[in-house]
This record gives sequence, structure tokens and C-alpha cells, in this order.
Amino acid sequence: MSNFFEKSDLTRQDADKIVSDTLKNCDDGELYLEESKSESILLDDNKIKSSNYSSDLGFGFRAISDEVVAYSYSNEISKDSLKNSSENLKSTLKSIKGTYNHEIPKTNKKLYDDINPIEQKTLNSKLEVLNKVNDYLRKKDGSVKQVTASFAGEQKSIEIIRSGGESLTDVRPLIRFNVSVMLEKNGRKETGVYGIGGRQSYDDYLKNDNWKNVCEEALRIASVNLESKPAPAGEMKVVLGPGWPAILIHEAIGHGLEGDFNRKKTSAFHNLMGQKVASKGVTIVDDGTIDNRRGSLTIDDEGTPTERTVLIENGILKGFMQDRHNARLMNTKSTGSGRRENYRHLVLPRMRNTMMLSGNQTQDEMIKSVDKGIFAVSFGGGQVDITSGKFVFNCTEAYEINNGKIGSPIKGATLIGDGPSILKEVSMVGNDMMMDPGIGTCGKAGQGVPVGVAQPSILIDKMTVGGTKL
Amino acid sequence: MIKDQEFLKSKASYCLDLAKKMGATDASVTVGHTISETVNFRNKNLEASDRSDGLALSIETYIDKKRSSITSSNLIDENIKTLVEKCFETTKITPEDEFNSLPDKNLLSKKIKNLDLYDQTRFENEKKIDYLKELEEAASEPDKIVNTESSFTENKSNFILANSDGFCDGWKKSSFTASSITVAKDENSMERDYEYTSCRHLVDIKEASELGKKSAEQTIKKLSPKKIGSEKINLIFDKKIAKGILSTFAGAISASAISRGTSFLKDKINQQVFSKMINVVDKPDIVKGIGSKYFDSEGVHSKTLNLVQDGLLKNYLVDTYNGKKLNLPSNGRSGGTTNLYFENGNISFEELLRNSSKSLYIAETIGHGSNLVTGDYSVGAAGYLIENGEFKYPVSEITIAGNLKDMFKNIILANDLEFEYSVNSPTMMVEGMTVAGK
Repeated sequence: MSNFFEKSDLTRQDADKIVSDTLKNCDDGELYLEESKSESILLDDNKIKSSNYSSDLGFGFRAISDEVVAYSYSNEISKDSLKNSSENLKSTLKSIKGTYNHEIPKTNKKLYDDINPIEQKTLNSKLEVLNKVNDYLRKKDGSVKQVTASFAGEQKSIEIIRSGGESLTDVRPLIRFNVSVMLEKNGRKETGVYGIGGRQSYDDYLKNDNWKNVCEEALRIASVNLESKPAPAGEMKVVLGPGWPAILIHEAIGHGLEGDFNRKKTSAFHNLMGQKVASKGVTIVDDGTIDNRRGSLTIDDEGTPTERTVLIENGILKGFMQDRHNARLMNTKSTGSGRRENYRHLVLPRMRNTMMLSGNQTQDEMIKSVDKGIFAVSFGGGQVDITSGKFVFNCTEAYEINNGKIGSPIKGATLIGDGPSILKEVSMVGNDMMMDPGIGTCGKAGQGVPVGVAQPSILIDKMTVGGTKL
Repeated sequence: MIKDQEFLKSKASYCLDLAKKMGATDASVTVGHTISETVNFRNKNLEASDRSDGLALSIETYIDKKRSSITSSNLIDENIKTLVEKCFETTKITPEDEFNSLPDKNLLSKKIKNLDLYDQTRFENEKKIDYLKELEEAASEPDKIVNTESSFTENKSNFILANSDGFCDGWKKSSFTASSITVAKDENSMERDYEYTSCRHLVDIKEASELGKKSAEQTIKKLSPKKIGSEKINLIFDKKIAKGILSTFAGAISASAISRGTSFLKDKINQQVFSKMINVVDKPDIVKGIGSKYFDSEGVHSKTLNLVQDGLLKNYLVDTYNGKKLNLPSNGRSGGTTNLYFENGNISFEELLRNSSKSLYIAETIGHGSNLVTGDYSVGAAGYLIENGEFKYPVSEITIAGNLKDMFKNIILANDLEFEYSVNSPTMMVEGMTVAGK
């Protein structure tokens, strides 16, 4: 745990006093202190291309009065700097007549260990794994023309000091291991990418030579794509595989159910609470409490313990994801969804691990039921316009389905749909729910935060596939 | 107050001295300071205000051909010392790479022309609030607008880049950015659109009411969209979208993508990549330019580059490391392009609309559907159906797809180029792309 006051002229007593003094008539607010240590090591083009280490330290001071949020940050933790920030906040919030809400729930459950993954594995042994990846892939297949492999590790320590001196802390490890491979055959080039990660040490993810499985998966995806044909264009049935394809859920409805957009009534979902927004049998939760997952947090960035928030239950819209600010203005409670990229940013309601739960059908039944459509197994990124509800995501591995059988692989295509209506098109929900491998980063308002997704196989009756073949 | 050059120089030389003392054969340091103030408005009321004040340091140490780097925001001498030590220790065990080196000394920049990138004017938050009030008054005037959001950001920064070959230079810059987001609603739909303006000098900022009005008009125009059928059709890309396609092109000619063999434009120098009418220029020395630079992130002087001339690809974007791999000198593009633009075509916007009896005007794309390895392009889109030069109705929930290799050869540009951002394009038509809809 970082001691933020150790090397500063600012004492905890000073900090408590400045915080309580500044937030005295505010509705909410806190001082957020953060220290992060991170590394990235990259092998590319047969060489260790870069090894970077980064250390970052700073605070963000927030004061809220009614609907107005004042924020000030600095990477200098000192008495002067905090006082300056306090003055900034006071000058923004001129007439403040709020009542500070001291209530913050507590839990004893920790979802990950206080480790620093960077120091748990030597640089040499990380370099060794990356070189093994490179050799393995290039030996394995003569058409491998490029290999990129990387480690990214981080330890982030945070402390939240609230008015009255209450302090909440968390230490968050996070790692990611990634392999990308490019193949060239008969003049065609295609890439395959795969990665794993979460909130444990590197070796927890790499035991039993697991790096080989990551290599194999990247290679498999690239090989499939080398044989791909142009994708079809138009509306058709789409079967989504389990796991990572759940970024459809994340984009299509996840963002639209974040509290801020609904308080502002700019989300396509803002007036649909209690209504049917998905087919019967579709249940979606956003769960921050699963051990060691990339999207999990013991407490969120406002100090609220995370929870398992039910968003859609058996097709009916049940809940939004809330941070403290939006929850207060909407007269409800925070769901532990208040997150920020780092101390430079304001807290926003965000997703954690967004999951569609299993039903009772099989992937086989879904494929067999489709005359003409596509089977999408893996995706790159996605995006949504939360107001119109339109969302997209890009296939990185997909196949055509003809007369109930999986056919040729098809080129990467964008799929587009309408958030509030897409889940009504779900006609089968599989019994094979799977978590993603731990690689997702969600972007909102210029802030990236680690997230997870999960889903079983699903059959969507109608979706537009953005290929080139008419 | 923004830290002056002297402060940043003293920190930079402290780092370089430490690195050399420890035994680094070369070193390079960047120290920067940024102060930024943003005011956010929503529905004509203050919503948030934030102020940031941040220092940033990055150090690279070399031991012959070994290299490692460190970044930090903590500029206390004691911390810097720990970091430089760590960086040096990591360098020792990092394998050699024959292409690692500081830039060639004779390519380093000597600043001459003053590009006027810094305006010291302080636009007080009270004035930002007045600006945003006026903006939202205009934006919320039409009945169909149900929500307005806007923001004003003032940014001032300064940096110094120094290396062990004696290079030590940097510059101050400022930017003033205002944006308007509007939501419109009718019985069938709810839509959102935005407009923004950014400039180096406060006097050049667009009128608040003009920005709000334009954002509102664009949003209302999108209401009650239809989905169209799947077909091959000519697309007209709004400038906002056309400049994105130009940025994708820039990504595909970066020396890094070329040297790794992961670009569809590899080995295409002096070949016909665009139609003969097309010229692409990257010009670093535009006075007050949003993308203007005296030198790149390694200190190499950036000259104007004609990237594409009469449709022929003339230059890659070269930095020192990848240049050595490709056997090309750096052309000062470490960190990417500067002010990048397509030169004007020779027909007007109206003529472009009338060019075909039926076309689709793309006002918005969503998703990241460009594959630089294969050139395959597929994104979600929204826009308007155009018939005989007239806007007929809004269209949404469609995708557009093709391959960039073919698209580049089928571009026709209008003559309505304006220099508003760091990447700029006239309105662009691309013939024969696939739209997927119903």
C-alpha cells in the first residue's frame, strides 16, 4: 500500500482538514490519491522492440454541489498544490448549500491480492517467454511473416479521503499477455491476435506453458482468415459464439444503461425501465465481484464496493449502472460502478464484467436452424451511438452458414444493429456461457478502463452484415 | 503559470547528466508541462469545471545498441534519480538492436520561422461560461432540440527535448477548443450530432452561436432516418469522414508499418496508389497550424512532404529507427504527420453532388473497420440519400464496405478544402462501394 504522505510536506491531518473544509457544504466529493507503476515489454520483428517502465503519482480533488461537479488534479502531492486545488473548487462552486452524504457501504471481501506483478517476474524471464513465442511461431509455420508479443503489467494503489476523514484504500494488480501473428501465403496477408490477462501474477496465467496455447490460437485465427472469402452484405441470421463476442452486449445495451446518459435522457433506453427490451430468457448482469477478473474491483473509484447489478432479467429492463453523483440525482444508490482511468479524470458510471447468462439451447441447434447467415466467433472492437442506439462491431473470425452447416470463413466485416431492438431478435440462448480471456478495454469520454464480458452462444434472427458481396 | 524553458531545461540536463554518469552511451529526455482548464455546460447550466496541471518526463537510455525507456509524472530530483537508475539497469539486460540510435546530428532542427503557436491570452472561466451560454442559446432554439451539451477547453503547454548529442529545444503552444453536442427528437427517433472548433489563438475561435446553430441543424437533419437496401452505390464523404480516410492512409505509409511488412502500401513508392488527380501534402510550417511542428519527437527537422503527387506515392513517414531498417533517412515524422491534407479537386461541392443521379452522402461512420494489412474497409454509417444533387432523406443503420486500394483509385475531390484541424480534406466522392442495409 502506498503511503501518499511519506515524501510530502502534506500530512494526513492537513489533507483531512483541507478536504473537510472544502467539502463542508457540498453534496458529495472526495480527494482521490493514486500511485501507479506499470511496464510494457514488446517483442516485434524478431527483436525486443521496447521495454518501458512508467511511474505515476497524483491526486484528483472533486467537489459536487447539486448538478455541478468541480474537479482539479495535479501530479504534485503537496500542501500548496492541494490548497490551490481547493481554491479552484471553491471558485467554481460559488454558492453551495448542500448536505454531505457520509454514507458509504463497506465490505470485507477482497477480490485480488496486494501484489505487484511487475516485481514478481524478472525482466529476463519475461524476455525469455517473448523470445520463445517468436521462435515457436516462426518454426511452427513457414508462412509466419511477422510476430508481435507483449507483456503489460501494472500495480495501482489508490486512497480515497472523504469529508470527515474517512479513508478507503485498494491495491489493484493487472496484467495482460498478447500475441499477434501475420501470415503470408500466395500473395495474401492476414493477421490473428489473441491475449489473456486479469488481476493475478504473470505466472498464474502462464503456467503449464500456457503461452503456447495463446500462440496456437493467434495462429489458428490467422490461418482461417487466409482462406476467407468476401463477406455477404445485407440482413441475415447471425450466430454468435460464446465468450468475447459478448462485446455485442457491451456496445448494444451496456453503454445505454449507464446512469449518466439516462439521467440526461440522452440514452435510447432512458424511458424503457420495466419494459420488455429483450426476448424472454435473456438475462444480463454487470458484475464487479468475480475474483481476479479484469473488470472486477474490490471498491470502485469512489470507494463503493462493487456488486452484481441486474440490468435485464428475463427480457425486462431492471436497472442502470450508477456512480454516486448520478445515483443521488436520480434518487437511487450507487451500484459500485463509479470508475475513472486515473487521477486525471472525472468519475463516470462504467461497466465492469458485463454478462449474458446461460439459457438451455446448444450451439449446434442454432447453426442447424439457419438456412443462410453467418457464424461469428471472434471480434475486434465495437462502438455505439447511445442516442440513436446504433452500434457496430468488427468480426475477426467468422464463417458463412448455408443450410444449417458451417461453410467457408469470411473476411472481416462490420455488423450493425439497433441497441434497444437487437435483443428482441435473440431467438435462442445457449447453455455454454463463457468469460472472455481478459483483454477488454472500454473507452468513454476519452477514458479507457479494463472491463470483461461473457455470454453463451446466441442466435440473432436479423442483423445487418457489412460485407461486399451482394 | 506554465513552466518556462529554463525550468524544463534544468530538469532535462539533470537527467542527461545522471544517465551519462552511470555509463549510458547516449540518452534522450523529454520534459513537458501542461495546464488545461475545461468548463462543461448542459441545458444552459454549468455542469462541470475541471483544471489540470501536469508535468511529464520521459527518458531513454542507450548502452551502445541497447535501449530502454521510462516515463513518469513525478519530477522530484530524488524520484528522477531512482528512475534513471532503473532505466539504466533495464537497458543493461535488454538485447541489442542494431537499428537503435539517436537521430543523425545533421538532420536535427534549427528553428528559423516563427510559427506563432502560442497565445498567452488567459480566457477566464467566467468568459468561457459566457461563450457556452451563447452557444447553447443558439443550439437549443429549434423546438426539436431536447438536450444540449457543450464545453470549452483552454490548454497551454511547454516542452523541452534534449539528447546527449547536444540537442536541446522545445516550444510553447496553446489551444482553445469549443464543442457543441445536441440531441434532437421527433416521434420516430432520437439523434445526436456535434460540431467543434479548435485554434491556437483565441481571436480565431468561431462564433459561439454559429457553432451551436450548426450542431443543432445537423442533428435535426438526421431525424426519422430510413434504412435502405443493399446495393453498389457512389458515396460522398463529408469532410469530417474524408479526413479520417486520409488519416488511415497516413497510418498505412508509416515507416513502422512498412518495415514490418504489415501495410497494404508496402513497396508502392512511385506507383499509382490514387487516381492521377490526387495530391497529398504534409506541411509542418503553417502559421498557427493545429498540427504545426518545428521538429518531430526526436528533434529531426520536419520539412513539407509531398506524400502523393499526381496519384503516385512519393514518400513514407520516416522516423530514425524504422528509417534505418528501410535504409531511408528520417524525414522528421517520428510521431506522425503534421498538417496533412488533400489538395483541392477541380469541381465544386454542388457539382460533386450532381455528379451521379443517385448517391449516398456519408455524414457519420462508427467502428474501427480499416484493416491496414489487407486494405479491407467496413464500417457502420449514417447519412443522406442524394438524388440529382438534392438531399432526399436521412439514412441510418447501414454499413459501407470496400477495399482501400480500390477506393483510393476512385476518389474525386471537391474544391472546398479548409484548414480547420490537423488533418483536412475537401468533400470526397468514392465510386462503386457496397452498402449493406435491409
